Amino acid sequence: MKYILMMNTMRAGHGVPEWPQKDLRAHIAFMMTLNKELRESGELVSAEGLSFPEQARLVRAGKNGTPVTDGVFPESKEFLAGYWIVDVDSAERAYAIAAKVSAAPGPGGAPLNMPIEVRPIMSGPPPEML
Amino acid sequence: MTKPWETTSEHLLRELAPQVLGAVARRFRDFSTAEDAVQEAMIAAFIQWPKEGIPDNPRGWLIQVASRRMTDQVRSEIARRERETAVAAETESLTSVPEIEADMDPDDTLILLFMCCHPALSPSSAIALTLRAAGGLTTAEIANAFLVPEATMAQRISRAKQTIKTSGTPFRLPSPHERAERLPAVLHVLYLIFSEGYASSIGSHLQRFDLAREAIRLTRNTKALLPDNAEVAGLLALMLLTDARRAARTGPDEELIPLDEQDRSLWDRLEISEGIELLTVALSRGSIGLYQLQAAIAAVHDEAGRAEDTDWPQILALYELLKRVSPGPMVTLNHAIAAAMVHGSAQGLQLLRALDSDPRLASHYRLDAVRAHLLENAGDYEAAIKHYRVAAARTTSIPERNYLMTQAARLAGE
Repeated sequence: MKYILMMNTMRAGHGVPEWPQKDLRAHIAFMMTLNKELRESGELVSAEGLSFPEQARLVRAGKNGTPVTDGVFPESKEFLAGYWIVDVDSAERAYAIAAKVSAAPGPGGAPLNMPIEVRPIMSGPPPEML
Repeated sequence: MTKPWETTSEHLLRELAPQVLGAVARRFRDFSTAEDAVQEAMIAAFIQWPKEGIPDNPRGWLIQVASRRMTDQVRSEIARRERETAVAAETESLTSVPEIEADMDPDDTLILLFMCCHPALSPSSAIALTLRAAGGLTTAEIANAFLVPEATMAQRISRAKQTIKTSGTPFRLPSPHERAERLPAVLHVLYLIFSEGYASSIGSHLQRFDLAREAIRLTRNTKALLPDNAEVAGLLALMLLTDARRAARTGPDEELIPLDEQDRSLWDRLEISEGIELLTVALSRGSIGLYQLQAAIAAVHDEAGRAEDTDWPQILALYELLKRVSPGPMVTLNHAIAAAMVHGSAQGLQLLRALDSDPRLASHYRLDAVRAHLLENAGDYEAAIKHYRVAAARTTSIPERNYLMTQAARLAGE
C-alpha cells in the first residue's frame, strides 16, 4: 500500500529557519539518515523537499488560458515543505514512519513534533476488474 | 558464443550501439525507426549475452537483430500499403549483415551526435536522445538517471525523434560549414549531461546513474572523431579537471564542501594530469574558446596544493578573457569573485552591483550567495547573514540550501 506523508510546516512570510548551526546540522543529518533507512528497507518510493514559500505562485488561467500568477499569501497560510511516498505493508507502518519524521530534532535538539498528514494513495483497479 | 559476460561487456555493448545504429540508419535511410530497432537489439543483448555469452561477432549480432526488426517493420509497412511482391522480395536482401558491416563509416557516430543535438530540439530532448542513440543507454536507465517514470522518458525520446523526422534532416555528415555552426550545440549538450551528473551526484540523489562519467565517455569519443578541434579537447579537459575533485566535494553527511575547504589529497591526480595535458595541446592551437578558458581556470585551481596557493591573478586574467569571448551574467559573477580575491572584497562587491539590474540574475540565489561570501570577508556579518538566508530561500538544490543555511547559522553564532 502506498501512502503519502506530507510535512505542512512552512508558513508564508517566514524565511529559512534561524537555528544555531549545531541544531541545523543535527536536523539535516536526521533527515538524511531517515531517507537512507527508508531506501534500504525498500519502502521509499520517492521523497522530495520543496522550495521555500517565497518561490510559490498560485496560478489560474486568465483570458485565452494565459497563466495569471499570484504570489502574495497571507502569513497564516501553511505550505508543504516536503513529502515522502512510501510503499508499506500497513497503515500502522506509515504512521510509525510519520511519527519518526514528526520528532525530527529542532532548536536545542528537542523534537519538533511537527504535524505530518498521512493519506493513502489511490491505486489502479484491483486485478479481477482488469 | 564462448566469452563470459562481464561488466566490461556492458561497455562494449555501449561502444557498439552508435556504430550499429549508424550502419542501420544509413542502410535503411530512416533514423527514427532504426533507433527503435537498435534499442530493441540492445535490450535483447542485455538479456541474452549474460546467459549465453558474448557472440563471436557482437557487432554483427546487433546489426542482424536490428535489421531483422527493420525488415519486419518495412514488411508490415508494405503489407499495409498493399505494395507489389517484388518490393517485398527486395527487402530480403536488406538483412545481409556483412553487406551492412562493409558499409560502415567511422563518421556515423559523428552524424548521430549532430542528429541528436539538432537545433530544433529542446535541451532535455537532445540530452535524452543523445544518451540513448549515441550513449547506448536504455530508456529505463535514462529515466532512472533523471528520476522520471520510464513512460515519460520514452515519450520524450519519441517526440524528439518525431521532431527530427519532421525537420527532414538526411542521415549524412553536415557540410564543414554546417558542422562548425552546429558543433557548439553538440558540445553544449555534452556539457549539460556532465553538469547534470555533477550537480546530482550529491544529496538525496546518490543512487543516480553516473551521468558525469557517461558525458566524459561521450566527449572522449567525440574527441577521437574530431582530434584537431581545440574546443572538443577543451571541453574534455574541463570535465576531467572538474570531475577530479568529486571525492572531495561532499562530506560524510553528503554536505557540500566548497573548493577552499576541500581535502586536496582526495583529488584525482590522474584526471588532473590528463586534463592539463589535453589543455596544453589545445591552447597551443591558436583559437581559444569558452571551454578551453573554463578548463584553464579549473586547471589553475587544481594545480594549487593548498587553497591559499591559488594563483588568483591568473584566474582573474582568464575571467577577463572569458568575459570577452563569452559574456554573460554567470561569467561576470565569477569574475567578481576573482577580482575580490586579488583586489579585495570591496572591488568584488562593486562589480556585483552591475548584476542587480540584470533580470537573468537579479533574483538568482548565486548572486546572493556570492554577495554574502564577499560581505563576510569584508567583515559585514549582519549583511552577510541576511544574504546567506535569502540565497538559501532561493536555491532549488537541497545540499546547497543546507550549506547556505549553515553558513548563516555559523555567522549568527559567532
